[in-house]
Amino acid sequence: MTARLRLTVVTVFPDLLGTYGDRGNGMVLARRAAWRGIDVSLVEAVSTDRLPAADIYCIGGGEDGPQVRAAELLGGDDTFAGAVRQGAAVLGVCAGYQLLGRSFPDAGGAPIRGLGLLDVETVKGAGSRAVGELLAEASPTAPMLPGGVRLPPLTGFENHAGTTMLGRGAAPLARVVRGRGNGGAGRSEGAWSGRVVGTYLHGPVLARNPHLADLLLGWALGSEEPLATVDDVEVEAWRAERLAASASRRPAWSSLVR
Amino acid sequence: MRGPGVGPEGKEGRGSQRLGLRSGLAVRGVVAANRLVRATRFGQGTVLGGRVGLAIAPDLLRALSAGRRVALVSGTNGKTTTTRLLAAALGSPGTPGGPMSSVVPPVTNVTGANMPEGHVAALSERWSPTAALEVDESYLGQLVSATDPVIVVLLNLSRDQLDRIAEVRLVAERWRSALDAVRSRARNPGDAPVVEASNRVGGGAVVVANADDPLVVWAAEAAPVVVWVGAGQVWDEDSVGCPRCGGSLQRPVGEGWRCARCTFARPTPSVWTDGRDLVQDGEVRTPVELALPGGFNVANATMAAVAAAVFLEPRAVGDPGVMAVGCRTALAAMREVEEVGGRFGTVDWRGVAVRRLLAKNPAGWAAIFDLLDEVEDPPVPVVLAINARTADGLDTSWLWDVPFERLRGRWVVATGERARDLAVRLHYAGVDHVTAPDSGAALEHAAGRARGAGVPRVDFVGNYTAFARLPVAP
Repeated sequence: MTARLRLTVVTVFPDLLGTYGDRGNGMVLARRAAWRGIDVSLVEAVSTDRLPAADIYCIGGGEDGPQVRAAELLGGDDTFAGAVRQGAAVLGVCAGYQLLGRSFPDAGGAPIRGLGLLDVETVKGAGSRAVGELLAEASPTAPMLPGGVRLPPLTGFENHAGTTMLGRGAAPLARVVRGRGNGGAGRSEGAWSGRVVGTYLHGPVLARNPHLADLLLGWALGSEEPLATVDDVEVEAWRAERLAASASRRPAWSSLVR
Repeated sequence: MRGPGVGPEGKEGRGSQRLGLRSGLAVRGVVAANRLVRATRFGQGTVLGGRVGLAIAPDLLRALSAGRRVALVSGTNGKTTTTRLLAAALGSPGTPGGPMSSVVPPVTNVTGANMPEGHVAALSERWSPTAALEVDESYLGQLVSATDPVIVVLLNLSRDQLDRIAEVRLVAERWRSALDAVRSRARNPGDAPVVEASNRVGGGAVVVANADDPLVVWAAEAAPVVVWVGAGQVWDEDSVGCPRCGGSLQRPVGEGWRCARCTFARPTPSVWTDGRDLVQDGEVRTPVELALPGGFNVANATMAAVAAAVFLEPRAVGDPGVMAVGCRTALAAMREVEEVGGRFGTVDWRGVAVRRLLAKNPAGWAAIFDLLDEVEDPPVPVVLAINARTADGLDTSWLWDVPFERLRGRWVVATGERARDLAVRLHYAGVDHVTAPDSGAALEHAAGRARGAGVPRVDFVGNYTAFARLPVAP
């Protein structure tokens, strides 16, 4: 039995950080909660509105300028700070992940102060932009699903130019099997601490990785038990296809020809 | 050898159309390579030849454009259709007031090869004193500089294929710089339009721009002469913030848009669409009667009609009477267009008509959903086909920006190489659907359903490469 039966999920500033379909994360959380009979409200809060108090905040990816603007707005938002202090879960993706950290680069590469909710620091990567399918296995340090179950492999699409370094206060979410992820020597992808999760995975990440969605829902509901199962037949078929596509070493020929 | 694209009767040169030795050779290279591609059925023959030509003569586009009157059409959605409609209007022999340009139909890149290779190919294939070219958003600056256009049509800007093309605000900035360069080239910057012997206004291009799209307005206002057209905006989620000051854009119902913070606001259009009518200052109404379906094609036709009117008679910029006649004539010529590269056309699938529709990005899908909603009950079965090849964008995340919830209550078949991505999206959207391994099987399903329900038609909507691979009935 879950401890709470009401949830508010907020998609943060889709007008600034909504370029890569990441609003899907909020949609997935809301549907999966509703399927389980939870009274859930999903708010897409544009940057000119007041950010409502929420149980889960989803922050998406976007361009450099809007990323800086979003960090400014969130940094000065008492409602957001208060909700996080009281244990709201936060998911940051790509630009949204970077701004959760201590600092991230602006368009010119100069460091901008982040929210400091994750002990990570992002700099402009040396090489080319990382664009493509990303496959990663949950690290031993990754959060456990209820019942001590390990997160299954994470799959998604990355599209970024940053290298993110983890400090002691953050643990990697996963180990990269294919793709770049955080970049650097550790082959890690994403970071988490407390109830804050950051990742480079688009897809959207919670659509491709429903267990991660349920992890966030479990946190927000204060549930120690596994959540009731929902119909994931099509999701699992999609995952199997994507995992197989990432596992084959050569790029799909079909993706190269027009 | 008669040089295609080098003047009538094989004469090289027609005033400034004279091509240098290198360019002449390059043109022969373009045509030969594209013929080879077509002969071997390797492709449509519009890209390889262009690459060959540009390798021989990097300045080929400029050389081929010299002495021609060129119209460019760009935007995220509708550019192929608008170019096709514009070409029909410019090529109509009945166009009164048209100079001799109306005798020879304009060259145009009909296959949608909208990067410089495609433009070079189109301009090399045959001679015409005019050209109507569709331009990929990222190449507009290059084309404006190389072709010195008479008209630039700017339709709309929204997110598209994010792993391939720079994000949309950046595109608007680049357009703005390109059009600002037109202003600095113009001889009378800031002055009232001056019609010159060359039919140029103010020595530069006339920009025909959609006043309802803030990003388009931001780019177009840099140009010396702009004809604002109220062509509507299907998708406003990429223009929430003011491109000038970063403030928030407000859209009071019935009042257009304006920035809450600065003075940036919708310019007053001189021509606009209202339902199925083209309306001008003074409420002069012309019904837009097309063979093509959809409200968005009324908007495309309006943009094309204004462009054609100004192209053929530059006085239309300042003379509503001339504009009215020009638009009416252009619209009449557009009725002949029944499909555009296969889209909007109908093919037969074992006795059921399959209407072919193309949608490549969230705004395009929203427009297609508007089109589907134009049909009364019973709902037509819909086949949706999604691929994620390079031309489509490799990342399918955009599916979550498309309001598929609007298909609730319809019967949908998901197919294409990324049918599973789509199926999950439909699952979360609460849309009844089945998944089929390929388009043939999907059409079989949908046609069966249509026959059972007594519906004469199926709508097939594909993204770029999925659309191109619609099979024919065995």
